[in-house]
Amino acid sequence: MLETYLPILLTFAAAVGFAVVATFSSEWFGPQTPNPEKHSTYESGVKPLGTTKDRVSIKYYMVAMLFIIFDLEVVFVYPWATEFGTLFGEHGVAAFWSMMIFLIVFEFGYLYAYKKGGFKWA
Amino acid sequence: MEFTLTDLTHLLPIVIVAASVLVAMTIDMFTKEADKTLGWFTALSLFAAAYVSLFFVDKTGVHLSGVVASGGATNILHFVFTFGAGVVALISMEYAKKTEMRVGEYYVLVLSSVLGMMLIAAAKDLAVIFVGLEQMSISFYALAGIRRKRDKSVEASLKYFLLGAFATGFVVYGMALIYGSSGTMALDTIRYAFPDLVSQPLFVLGLALFVIGFAFKIAAVPFHMWAPDVYQGSPTPVAGLMSTVGKAAAFAALLLIFRPVFDGAENALFPFLAIVATLSMLYGAIVAIAQDDLKRMLAYSSVAHAGYMLIGFASGEATGAAGVIYYLVAYAFMNLGAFGIIAMIESAEETNLKVQDYAGLGTRAPALAALLSLFMFALSGIPPLAGFFGKYYVFIAAVEGGATWLALVGVASSAISVYFYLRVVVVMYFGKSENRMEYSVSNVSLLGVTISAMLVILLGVLPGSIIKLIESFVR
Repeated sequence: MLETYLPILLTFAAAVGFAVVATFSSEWFGPQTPNPEKHSTYESGVKPLGTTKDRVSIKYYMVAMLFIIFDLEVVFVYPWATEFGTLFGEHGVAAFWSMMIFLIVFEFGYLYAYKKGGFKWA
Repeated sequence: MEFTLTDLTHLLPIVIVAASVLVAMTIDMFTKEADKTLGWFTALSLFAAAYVSLFFVDKTGVHLSGVVASGGATNILHFVFTFGAGVVALISMEYAKKTEMRVGEYYVLVLSSVLGMMLIAAAKDLAVIFVGLEQMSISFYALAGIRRKRDKSVEASLKYFLLGAFATGFVVYGMALIYGSSGTMALDTIRYAFPDLVSQPLFVLGLALFVIGFAFKIAAVPFHMWAPDVYQGSPTPVAGLMSTVGKAAAFAALLLIFRPVFDGAENALFPFLAIVATLSMLYGAIVAIAQDDLKRMLAYSSVAHAGYMLIGFASGEATGAAGVIYYLVAYAFMNLGAFGIIAMIESAEETNLKVQDYAGLGTRAPALAALLSLFMFALSGIPPLAGFFGKYYVFIAAVEGGATWLALVGVASSAISVYFYLRVVVVMYFGKSENRMEYSVSNVSLLGVTISAMLVILLGVLPGSIIKLIESFVR
């Protein structure tokens, strides 16, 4: 019974091993030229220390919203694409066109953002 | 899943509105100064969808793997949503110009909220109700705050968003418990298993949470706290939209889940419904007396009207369901007419909203005063206008269902509410005022208000044939 779980244990060991090796190998083998900038904490390119009352560019919310458009698109298209063979067998061309209608509606959102200047960083 | 031409024609009202959302977005993208074009496009496509819903009212059927229904009561509700929102589009054009509102987003959001409502009314599956509810609510949150330079509008939007999200939580948790105890999301399956399911506490709890979530949306006491602030802060046509067709959509969801009760199953939630209905009627009617701001007054009046409609649910009779649908149609147009006139009188700085500001309107603008009086008489339930028969049908259903005391409470609170409705009429005709306020009457707004007035009179004059039509769909 337990040996059927052996592959999972091996995968787990490989995952941990890879993480450890990948993290430390650059430290062990790479050239070390430290400077204060490199040693500071990295958080999305924002300075980690300082006043909390900094004014943040409102553009962040624009990026977040645009990200959602593409993210949702991928979430639905990816499973559809991988299972397309079965779907096509069951439903015929409807399997293709239902996704196309969804994508057309989706692209309206994309086009809207584009026409309203959502991609301009001004 | 099959999608045939029959599906397409039966679902034409929904398809028209869905396509209009995309076309309205395109118009907004490619034209500058599209105020008039967009307003008329929105109004006409909504009226077209309303016409098609009535035209296809007998084409009952289930489509798209059995998750969406068409025909019957669904189409009557589609008519309320599309026609009501069409009237809102008409009264919005002048208001948008006056207050320099961003029109592109405005009309797109109105159309998309209507699409959400239509999904709720057509749902055959709990998941479809949820998708429709979210589409409607998210459009409303943005619409409430569309005058984003004004603090009150932003406050209304934020309040509505926070409480709306809270209410949605109740709805989803209720759905989860209903699914957990019945093992299905399909409303028809739940409907036939309902008599067995009501003996399970988990199912009743899920049902109660579902109803509480929608009680927020219909602003029934004690879930009404947001309504006065949100209606007051939102642009007036938006407040009209939310308080009439938005409320009708929430009632549509309740009608769907209560369908087995109307078929004759045990009304497990009777005590809850009776208490909420009583509190809403009395609280709404009494607190509205103390309001000076007309929009706040109408908010409390809408709380009371939600109470009257809940009587139809508490009755547990099929006639109660028909009464609720009739009431929704009647209430939508009398309230929209009132909001339309308020939108015309209101100034760009949101003044002229107090009852006292209307003093002398009877001599200076006789037509407006007469129309507003008509809507106030209808709202207070004076025959032979639409409001009277709405109340009559739900009260009769309560008596048939053995809850005569609820009908009596309803009659008492109607009597109380006559005071604050008629106060507006009295101030308009007999009040003295030095206030020479400016108001903007446009023909388009007047058209929207007149259409509502005609429907209010028509529903009051021919109630019998309309209620018979609705009853034939509910049974």
